[in-house]
Amino acid sequence: MPIRAQQPDVSVVTLTIDGQDLSARADETIIEVCRENKIPIPSLCWMDGLSVVGACRLCVVEVDGGPRLQAACATRVREGMSVQTNTDKLQRYRRTLVELLFAERNHVCAVCVSNGHCELQWLAQTCGVDHVRMPYRNTGYNVDSSHEMFRIDHNRCVLCTRCVRVCDEIEGAHTWDVMGRGSGCQVVTDLAKPWGESDSCTSCGKCVQVCPTGALVKQGTSVGEMVKDQQFLSILARRRSSR
Amino acid sequence: MSRTISIEPVTRIEGHARITLQLADTGEVEDAKFHLTQFRGFEKFCEGRPYREMPALTARTCGICPVSHLLASNKACDDLLAVTIPPTAEKLRRIMNLAQLLQSHALSFFHLSSPDLLLGWDSDPKDRNIFGVMRADPQLAKNGIRLRQVGQTIIEILGGKKIHPTWVVPGGVNEALTVDKRDAMLAMLPEALTIAKDTYAFFKTLVPKFRDEARHFGTMQTMFLSLVSPEGALEHYDGFLRLKDADGRIVEDKVPPQDYPRIIGEAVEDFSYMKFPYYKPLGYPGGIYRVGPLARLNNADTCGTPFADVALAEFRTLQEDAGPIASSFHYHYARLVEIIFAIESMQRLLKDPAILDPRVRARARGNKSEGLGVSEAPRGTLMHHYKIDDAGLITWADLIIATGHNNLAMNRSIKEVADAYVDGTDVKEGMLNRVEAVIRCYDPCLSCASHAFGQMPMVIDIQRSDGKVLRQITRD
Ligand code: SF4
Ligand code: SF4
Ligand code: FES
Ligand SMILES: [Fe+2]
Repeated sequence: MPIRAQQPDVSVVTLTIDGQDLSARADETIIEVCRENKIPIPSLCWMDGLSVVGACRLCVVEVDGGPRLQAACATRVREGMSVQTNTDKLQRYRRTLVELLFAERNHVCAVCVSNGHCELQWLAQTCGVDHVRMPYRNTGYNVDSSHEMFRIDHNRCVLCTRCVRVCDEIEGAHTWDVMGRGSGCQVVTDLAKPWGESDSCTSCGKCVQVCPTGALVKQGTSVGEMVKDQQFLSILARRRSSR
Repeated sequence: MSRTISIEPVTRIEGHARITLQLADTGEVEDAKFHLTQFRGFEKFCEGRPYREMPALTARTCGICPVSHLLASNKACDDLLAVTIPPTAEKLRRIMNLAQLLQSHALSFFHLSSPDLLLGWDSDPKDRNIFGVMRADPQLAKNGIRLRQVGQTIIEILGGKKIHPTWVVPGGVNEALTVDKRDAMLAMLPEALTIAKDTYAFFKTLVPKFRDEARHFGTMQTMFLSLVSPEGALEHYDGFLRLKDADGRIVEDKVPPQDYPRIIGEAVEDFSYMKFPYYKPLGYPGGIYRVGPLARLNNADTCGTPFADVALAEFRTLQEDAGPIASSFHYHYARLVEIIFAIESMQRLLKDPAILDPRVRARARGNKSEGLGVSEAPRGTLMHHYKIDDAGLITWADLIIATGHNNLAMNRSIKEVADAYVDGTDVKEGMLNRVEAVIRCYDPCLSCASHAFGQMPMVIDIQRSDGKVLRQITRD
């Protein structure tokens, strides 16, 4: 669900983040202000240029000392707001979230084409995940390698839905969707047809580039060779909105 | 009353093994079995994965010889792509394979076997390890460490990591060699060659001391399997399969690796998780053969490098009878010859200006539904055989590993040693050590064989046939 204002709100608000006094446009979200000011907040489902879903909760912050944690990507700044981005509690929550992502599906980094270029790995590093405290589910997921150029390995998918959004909002093809619930939830192409048989897919590869992990990859890559290029997205998004 | 002696697990080999000696009432050895008690079902585990993951996946069957799996697996993938890789890529892969040979043989000889060779089987087990060697002959220990380091450093320079490099890819390698890296590798080799030659000369003086062991350490009649080059020379990366019988007759020659199913079958025994490959035309277990350094030298007409060829000529005189060298004790000797060969060959390959050619990778997708990669791992012939579906996902995989090929021969050798050294009324430390030592001749890699990890102290159970433990010896 896009939360951008219909009319850009150009009024300015002031707020503090981690004790730092900052000013921001009233239509900005906390995460945007943090990124502009080089305040690190982990994020996964959020991506500059795509709509906001606030699904992964890795960007949670504390607002005005309240007990309810808020997703920085889905919360707009307010006048006088006071934000904490890195308390012990937040660190604990984030670390647990990342561990759950690893425990849920099958991440075998050592053989993964994304090894060394993976956002989930970086998150694990920044959130201090040196091991996973919960038992792994060890349930096998499907690999769809039917597409000429690309492949999806659901074992590595974190259900961030970036692929779904970029395909719909930027490419305009809407090949991807989400199907199923709970641990059976997965992204699908064209009503769960094999990707290679999709009529709507234009083979543009945007989904592959925005995918944070080794779930969506190019065919023909070997271990550690899948380096993603996400530059295009902010450029396309900016051009589109300035039309 | 018959009783059973089991040795579990054997120290200083990789993996988890157990040996059972069954004694008859008279005290003679009735049967000897070498078990593998762990199993990781690796082949099953690969099913459904993209074939390009196979090199990294299979390299993880083993922390000791990942490079060998990496190469055999990538060769199987080359076959799936149906490409001929650029010549420079092949040369670079050869160097990595030779570096692996060097480091693995150095580990086997200096770290694992030299304690026995230098200090003797009857020496105190507390000293019979690399630290004991350090005290007895510090230079030898230092040399061993240095040789291994040279091999590992070359692997690291090429592949970026000492273990599990990702530089080798289906179709070739993913980065060309730079002048700096070449020079760094070349600079280490003269010293390594000197060490190798000195060690070889030293070992030659030891050989006569072990005449007795050489006579009892697996002198059974077996065939020998290995790759040889198209010209019949010593080969570790490619070429054709050759099988020689115990009398030195070439039974199979110029067999393209793809035809291996015609000559090799795999039997299963319920006492071990390791498969038992055999030469099909002779059936099981008559089709027993050995692989590894001993088999390679027995099969090769020549090494093709100057010092190694001199050593090979001397190797052939180890036994008075004509024909292939039969005793598995001489695996140690063969390893030293191969160390010299590896260093000389790496020098030759690195001095070739073509080694710097930037074209090192052929690009293609899976073009065949079945791929086979065969190479010589330090321990012997290694075969990776995959089948993929149209989308490039593995539907079937089979790995025949060196230790597996030697499985039958190892069992046979243990029996032989036990026959010679076990006196049913008493079990001496020296006997048990020799049983272990004969297994170490083959330098088995049990983590590969069972796809299992781990090493544990040794437990020896001496049991009566009714299962009552008469005596238990524990060594940490
Ligand atoms: S997607 Fe990332 S975290 Fe998952 S296996 Fe691959 S490299 Fe590891
Ligand atoms: S395939 Fe990649 S981009 Fe799509 S939902 Fe899964 S992790 Fe996210
Ligand atoms: S990045 Fe904010 S919820 Fe995912
Ligand atoms: Fe191994």
